[in-house]
Amino acid sequence: MTVNDLCGILSAQKVNIADGNRQITCGYAGDLLSFVMGRAPSDSAWFTVMTNVNVCAVATLADVSCVVICEGSQPMPGFKEKAAEQGINVILTDDDIYTAIKKAVNEGQI
Amino acid sequence: MQDCVHLEYRVDGQNFVSAGSATESVKTFLKGMGVNPQDVRRVAIAMYEGEINMVIHANGGYAYADIYVDKCIITLVDTGKGIKDIDLALQPGYSTASDEVRALGFGAGMGLPNMKKYADECIIESEVGKGTKVTLVTRFD
Repeated sequence: MTVNDLCGILSAQKVNIADGNRQITCGYAGDLLSFVMGRAPSDSAWFTVMTNVNVCAVATLADVSCVVICEGSQPMPGFKEKAAEQGINVILTDDDIYTAIKKAVNEGQI
Repeated sequence: MQDCVHLEYRVDGQNFVSAGSATESVKTFLKGMGVNPQDVRRVAIAMYEGEINMVIHANGGYAYADIYVDKCIITLVDTGKGIKDIDLALQPGYSTASDEVRALGFGAGMGLPNMKKYADECIIESEVGKGTKVTLVTRFD
């Protein structure tokens, strides 16, 4: 499944798309950044409600395919600019994390 | 290529916008060198934790990367308050981070454990009131 595919499945907004054709091979959910850093696999979709600029740094360093902001959580100041600068895929859905992952698993088969 | 490349960065204290930029720069350099992605990731995870710790706890400091063909040595030096009990700080879940820092998603108490887990060698030297030096050695496959 690509980032664009997941965006369609979740009817998500595109906050920043650097490479919509990037493949997503698995998922990870979490808001504590050190857990995400240490445990989110490369090429995963990371589901979170955090929207500060440090999310961009962690997404880049952990090399996730995409950040999925859930619960309609709004990006904090500077987030979009940082995501664009670092070339991170970020999409935003009103679904809660559980629902978003359920859709990604059922319809996207990650 | 020369035997060793030395990179230096100033890490600003309490600046959560720039936090991680030293690590991102080292990661980009290692990728450009063609280092195996899993090793790049290990260096990045361990260094980022160290960089964030300096931002949160030590009012900043300096990060150095010495990159060889077969390994990378990251040295993080600060003149902050130091770590009173290193064994305790290494316990997963132990944190002295403030509520403000926790609200940003930090303070899970996984910083030092992640460094130890992802670096091949993690040496922490600290003196209360003087500062901390962390050395992270990652050998490339």
